[in-house]
Amino acid sequence: MLKTIRRLLAVIFFIGITALFLDFSGTVQPLFGWMAKLQFLPSVLALSIVPIIIVVGITLLFGRIYCSAICPLGVYQDIVAWIGKQKPFRSNKKAKLANKYSYSAPMTKLRLAVLILFAALMIIPGFNAIAIIIAPYSAYGRMASTILQPAYIAINNLLADWAAANDSFAFYQVEPHNNPTILIVIAAVSAIILAILAFRNGRTYCNTICPVGTVLGYVAKFSYFKIQVDNDACMHCGLCAKNCKAACIHIEKGQPAVIDYTRCVSCGDCIPVCSKQAIKHAPLKKAAAQATEPTADSGISRRNFLAITGTALAATAVKAQEKVTDGGYAAIADKEIPQRKTPITPPGSLSAKNLQQHCTACQLCISNCPNGVLRPSTDLDHFMQPEVQYEKGYCRPECTRCSDICPAGAIRPISLDPATAEADDLPSWAAKQTIQIGHAVWISKNCLPAAEGIPCGNCARHCPVEAIQMVPMDKDIKMDAEGRCTDQDGNPVDRNTVTFIPAVNTEKCIGCGACENLCPVRPFSAIYVEGHEVHRDI
Amino acid sequence: MKDINRRDFLKLSGAVAATTAIASCGGGNNAEGDFDPSGHHTGPVPTDKMTYRTNPKQGDKVSILGYGWMRLPMLPLPENADPNNPPEEQIDQEQCNRLAKYALDHGVNYFDTSPVYTQGKSEASLGTALKASGYDRSKFFIATKLSNFSKELQTYEKGVEMFQNSLRYLQTDYVDYLLLHALGGGGMNGFRERYIDNGLLDYLVEQREKGTIRNLGFSYHGDNDTYKELLALNDKYHWDFVQIQMNYVDWNHSEGHFLYEELEKLNIPAVIMEPLLGGRLAKLPDHVVAHLKQRAPENSVASWAFRYCGTKPGVMCVLSGMTYMEHLEDNIRSFSPLEPLTTEDVDWLEGETANLIVQYPTIPCNDCKYCMPCPYGLDIPAIFVHYNKCINKGYVPESREAKNYKQARQAFLVGYDRSVPKLRQANHCVGCQMCVKHCPQNIRIPAELRKIDQFVEKLKTNTL
Repeated sequence: MLKTIRRLLAVIFFIGITALFLDFSGTVQPLFGWMAKLQFLPSVLALSIVPIIIVVGITLLFGRIYCSAICPLGVYQDIVAWIGKQKPFRSNKKAKLANKYSYSAPMTKLRLAVLILFAALMIIPGFNAIAIIIAPYSAYGRMASTILQPAYIAINNLLADWAAANDSFAFYQVEPHNNPTILIVIAAVSAIILAILAFRNGRTYCNTICPVGTVLGYVAKFSYFKIQVDNDACMHCGLCAKNCKAACIHIEKGQPAVIDYTRCVSCGDCIPVCSKQAIKHAPLKKAAAQATEPTADSGISRRNFLAITGTALAATAVKAQEKVTDGGYAAIADKEIPQRKTPITPPGSLSAKNLQQHCTACQLCISNCPNGVLRPSTDLDHFMQPEVQYEKGYCRPECTRCSDICPAGAIRPISLDPATAEADDLPSWAAKQTIQIGHAVWISKNCLPAAEGIPCGNCARHCPVEAIQMVPMDKDIKMDAEGRCTDQDGNPVDRNTVTFIPAVNTEKCIGCGACENLCPVRPFSAIYVEGHEVHRDI
Repeated sequence: MKDINRRDFLKLSGAVAATTAIASCGGGNNAEGDFDPSGHHTGPVPTDKMTYRTNPKQGDKVSILGYGWMRLPMLPLPENADPNNPPEEQIDQEQCNRLAKYALDHGVNYFDTSPVYTQGKSEASLGTALKASGYDRSKFFIATKLSNFSKELQTYEKGVEMFQNSLRYLQTDYVDYLLLHALGGGGMNGFRERYIDNGLLDYLVEQREKGTIRNLGFSYHGDNDTYKELLALNDKYHWDFVQIQMNYVDWNHSEGHFLYEELEKLNIPAVIMEPLLGGRLAKLPDHVVAHLKQRAPENSVASWAFRYCGTKPGVMCVLSGMTYMEHLEDNIRSFSPLEPLTTEDVDWLEGETANLIVQYPTIPCNDCKYCMPCPYGLDIPAIFVHYNKCINKGYVPESREAKNYKQARQAFLVGYDRSVPKLRQANHCVGCQMCVKHCPQNIRIPAELRKIDQFVEKLKTNTL
């Protein structure tokens, strides 16, 4: 019974969370977004009381069922372990059961040491990126988003080709995210190491390394329901221990069975194995619940990690060529990322500091960004955490996907609640237009009108908050509110003869990057966004 | 059919044409005897029934269907091509050769090209295709142009070089019809700069006397006054023919009749370009298709536009840029022989049908690609083609309240990304106006692109 329920839950959660990482259309988040928000470490980092209470509560009731059903990395290991238990991999191919495992002594000191080190690294400035490599949920996220999502997108794109050939609009082409090699390597190495460990010994990682496993293990000691062996019925055959992937059942002849509840993940595998039906998952009378302390903390100030680099931007203005023959396309150079003095962080992240402290680098926001804006940082200070760049797209006004989906409070929700939105007749994303994540900076020597005299204004036309206006470059020409121009003497001037340049109202600018992305000048735009360390409400 | 009775300076040639003209006076579309009993539209494409018009100057018998060597079949791009910086498209010359041979076999003998068409490769392609057909040079007429659009090409030397290159590419030592390309843009000043001040027109007249140019004329895209001025020069230069735009939509709506009627007055043969408005009159919205099909269920939608032009007696040749064999076949059928439209048909097309089409908010782009390449990399015609296609299919909703809004939004946006790479979409237009002067339809391209961009933005943000 326990095993069946656990397996069912595991399948649901595993598919749901994996779908969150694969999806690029935004349709999965409303269905399964809550599954990511239930993840323990992100909840702790987000200081989200409700999910913490739910997870701790479930653990106090049933033991570490979280590790067996809700944690995607746990389920991933179970799947590998299950494969490892199949007939071709067994030493005794005739046995009915795999009998693959054996009891091992608890490594309490190692577990505690890893937990303390992890907690310490999480709060020591600039080291959380390293600590996060061993965090369970984000480790799975990295695997899913860097290995599974590209495959998923490739399949989607094949379907899109097919759809295009058949005049269907059901599928559309998606550009896969460009993941840095180091991130793919980290994801692949963790996937392989975990697979080997799980294949051979089951839950080794969960019961030695995993910080969440250690914390919940401590909580599970006091759980109400526990796996228990009826010592009167038990024949000490040891079948349960041989099939315990957590290696936590200790059976010795003449001794009552001992179960290490800090390592038991309440998977229920042992229950059907016992030929005497001596094992059950039931309340233990003397168990007493106790509160537990949170692992990670926030609030320690960090060093100013923002490097000051003021390299001048190379100017390359598009030189319009006169056409000679009909047809053909002008080549389009790729945009390059400008050197920003202050990095940009997504709206909802409040500040660079908040993002860095709370982000578990699970890649969920990145794999969900439909505009190619978010990507994992390779900078050591925020290694694998999302960073914002605008060379492929810009932070579109109607999109709040990263903030909707982040489980760690690193990017907080920014959508208006439906009631307010409806009352004010606003779209739910209207609030995004009031969050200033940076401001646009104009580079005159790159600008088409200023440098080449070619009329443009594409930045002004596409600014979603109308923070850019086009003003006459000639200081002697005056322009009134209707856009009529006059010269020094007040004589009207034909607008077509005036060169207009963009003027950024940095107080209104929200830093979305529409101007930078849509600027026709390549590879370096004539207008780019400088980030703000702390976001402002405008 | 008062036009036909009133004037016949271009004689309908051949008994076949004469009988159809009589038959059509009876009003029937399927005059007995002339058609395969199994069906005119499914039987073999006739090889010997093409209608010819006689150019009075040297008695050229010109097929009324002319082949515009412009929308050529292209080889598919390599599969791994970068959509943002695609390699230059290559002409499918093998298919071009087939098309030219097929056209010649079925009586088409007028081929129209220009040094600028298809990224400057059209002339060489036509020369190769005609050579490969095995037909003698005397069996077909070649029309090409002096297309000195860019300032640097507007000298005498460059102009002569362009003409000599044309002869070389076309593998011939004379051109049957030479056109001053697209007069009207830039008014009379443009004309003087390109051909008069540099002495180029004198050179061309000289070549006509020598026989390297058999007929000299011009193609026209511009206002009525410049047109009149150019025609007034007939006494001096003797225009042997003029190429104009004609179709049943423009006849009343854009004063299309004016261009034609002026030529009629001077007995100058007209060559018709854009009879289909660049394909638009072949791809009409459903309700217009129904309207046309109801009148003659077996005739193709495009055939109305071709027969309309052919019915005007002063028309020597109707050009069509035919990319596909099926188009070529259909057009040959429409003209083999030409069955002139009745007066009622003409009135119905110019009136009711044209009104139906004009009311439709499509952009009058006919994908001629004269505006390309856009210096900022936009694919202007592809954007307009997509927009028009969506209008025709009902994918341009008025507002969020529209019944099919969700479906239309998906179709428009997904189709947009499919038809136009992201970096070549309307939101990258800077408004430099470079394209405007190249558009023969006088579309205010940047303004239309801006409208489409704003529409897309509203779809994306769901604020339509």
